[in-house]
Amino acid sequence: MADATISVRGLRKRYGDYEAVRGISFDVGRGEVFGLLGPNGAGKTTTVEILEGYRERTDGEVSVLGHDPAAGERALKERIGIVLQSTAFYPNATVRESVEQFAKYYPHPRDPGEIVQLVGLEEKADERLKALSGGQRRRLDLALALVGDPEVIFLDEPTTGFDPAARRTAWKVIDALKDLGKTVLLTTHYLDEAQSLSDRVAIIKDGVIVAEGPPSELSPESARYRVAYNQNGHRVELETDDPTELLHRLTSEALAQGRRLEGLTVSRPTLEDVYLELTAEAVAE
Amino acid sequence: MSTVALAWQQFRFERRLFWRNPSALFFNFSLPVIFLVLIASVFSLSRNDLKTLVPGIAGLAVMTTTFNALAFNLTFIREQGIIKRMRGTPLPSIAYFGGVLGNAVMNAVVQVTLIVVLGHLLYHVSWPQDWLTLAVFTALGVIAFGALGVAFAQIIPNFDSAPAYVNAFFLPIILISGAFYDTKHLPSAIDAIARALPLKHVIDGLHAGIVTGAPVTDHWDAVGVLSLWCVLGLFFAVRRFRFE
Repeated sequence: MADATISVRGLRKRYGDYEAVRGISFDVGRGEVFGLLGPNGAGKTTTVEILEGYRERTDGEVSVLGHDPAAGERALKERIGIVLQSTAFYPNATVRESVEQFAKYYPHPRDPGEIVQLVGLEEKADERLKALSGGQRRRLDLALALVGDPEVIFLDEPTTGFDPAARRTAWKVIDALKDLGKTVLLTTHYLDEAQSLSDRVAIIKDGVIVAEGPPSELSPESARYRVAYNQNGHRVELETDDPTELLHRLTSEALAQGRRLEGLTVSRPTLEDVYLELTAEAVAE
Repeated sequence: MSTVALAWQQFRFERRLFWRNPSALFFNFSLPVIFLVLIASVFSLSRNDLKTLVPGIAGLAVMTTTFNALAFNLTFIREQGIIKRMRGTPLPSIAYFGGVLGNAVMNAVVQVTLIVVLGHLLYHVSWPQDWLTLAVFTALGVIAFGALGVAFAQIIPNFDSAPAYVNAFFLPIILISGAFYDTKHLPSAIDAIARALPLKHVIDGLHAGIVTGAPVTDHWDAVGVLSLWCVLGLFFAVRRFRFE
């Protein structure tokens, strides 16, 4: 991608003898929401923290908005927003004070009051952080990442530990970022999250990308249809690129023999199937 | 905003939060005053003893507000991930730590002032006889203990163990350095240790500034030892600094 906002080429990261990231490459275009999906320990956080400038890479090229994040330039930090895996700010500060303080760090901040409202914390604006619930703290993290009006936002497992309602709220906020034209790099181990938020997903396992593409197209065999039915007490499963023809053949045969196709289903593999298949080894370990 | 303006903003933020933290308030404000009043009353100290106690407690206050407080604070903000979080913002590190350190310096200045004022009002110790000596030794104490506190925080593994680590040094040092009584008759081995450490020299310098009015030039040895500790502290504070 010529004008990629985030570009990663052959990235490697070694910790002693252990190689956490083993040569991954991907691009994220302007205004795109890109999801890094994978089990715990796959190398997602290491990758994101290299892009955020927290970790040095062992090898490879990375660029964020044309900068090398390892240089730690203020000019880059002014244009990115970060949600780390765990919440971190002064427990005795209030929500409003925290967002207002962060706003001072950036050259063109958004209105702190508006940001507090955007993440749905207006009723908690004068609460101290130590009094917030886990989900409320994550929403504050999001507010702190957004108040500088960044062009690129890194979200490292932004909804881990959320109840379903809080996750929906967070998803709406992330969708709203997309509408504002922000570029988002998201890591998650929730499939539904990657599927509903991302324009494109890369599945990471053991430090390498094992699949990449839009969630709807992501499949090991380019989304073949699965047709299944019961015959003589067992399940028959067939795969095809053209279900129309297959179904026509199956139903004709069945009618001709006076049988019924019990329990007939036609499905496309979901991202979940792909994910489970690709990460099966990792889970089994 | 310029780095200086940002450091000022961070300082003001730290000050505002300082007043909301009961344990910081206790250690930085109440503890030295409690020591001063209790020891003076319990031992019904004479006028002369009070002239030792007031600079002693002022020296102790310099240490608690800088060494102890920074060792606790930095361990806390590191463990909470606040240092890491701040590093992801455009706020320059120097502005952030400027605010954090400024808060400690402010506490040291306020505390020394408070002890001097209470010493005069309650115990009739004279107003400082040599302001320059008082200022120089307060500053040297703040720099040495501040830098050592930052360096020490790098050794403390986590916030839970911070009180043990800090008090393992703080308690013996205040007892051998003459914070509460004249150490003229210390066993020579202990006296040698006390003279190698910074607190005794801070207290001697504050004693000169408040009580005797001796100029700084009479205490070059104390200035020398403290300067050495400043250099050592700054070296390790910067070299071993951990963000996470």
